Amino acid sequence: MAIAKKSVVWGLFAAGGTVAAFLFPALIALFLLVATGNVPEGLQYGAIRGFAASLPGKFLLFIVISLALWHAAHRLRVVFHDFGVRMDKTVARAVYLVAAIGTVMTAFYLYAI
Amino acid sequence: MSRNPYVRPVSKTTWYMRNGRYRKYMLREVTCLLVGFYSFLAIFALAVLAGGSEEAWNAFLAAQQNGFWVSFHAAVLIYYLVYMTFDWFKLAPKAMPVQLGEQKLPDLVIVVAHYVAWVIVTLVVFWLAGVV
Repeated sequence: MAIAKKSVVWGLFAAGGTVAAFLFPALIALFLLVATGNVPEGLQYGAIRGFAASLPGKFLLFIVISLALWHAAHRLRVVFHDFGVRMDKTVARAVYLVAAIGTVMTAFYLYAI
Repeated sequence: MSRNPYVRPVSKTTWYMRNGRYRKYMLREVTCLLVGFYSFLAIFALAVLAGGSEEAWNAFLAAQQNGFWVSFHAAVLIYYLVYMTFDWFKLAPKAMPVQLGEQKLPDLVIVVAHYVAWVIVTLVVFWLAGVV
């Protein structure tokens, strides 16, 4: 049972890492384009709201953001340890709580759009 | 085991400075902060969208249009590609070796497949966003 549980946790972490490695450069590039004033058509209000309002759009955004948050939280927990912080329980609670809050916020806003 | 085994003193806070591989590991792992940052930036964008006001969305976009965010995103993009994405691809054949009968799929094939998939994924995102 312990092994089965662990494989789920590990699977989500690996999926989040794949999302972070493959998708995040494009996401950062989009923010860079916005910052330079070249807002892409798909990020104009009507288009992006339409995307976030569609069922596939909601599904995609929720999967990407929640997996990335979970992945980042898990890695941050290890990074704390690597930098010499030895309060793993406290650190784990804090980082997973932030990831959980982010996931709930994502679901809430997507529901509201 | 002897009664007083020798424990080599290793600093808990600066151990990764001793070795280039350890340093590279740390440079990759701290990118989790960037993943978290951009996730919450995306959540903030969703919050603005959920507000349902086009002016608020345009103000959100306009607030980011300055030199600070241009240099921040540009620097992050380069750092992220080098230390997270490309490093992740390099590690992929070690993390997920593919066995074909008696033989292993060559590492290079797995790495190249990752780059190809990444280019396709990036193009799809750009196409969805209307960049290309």
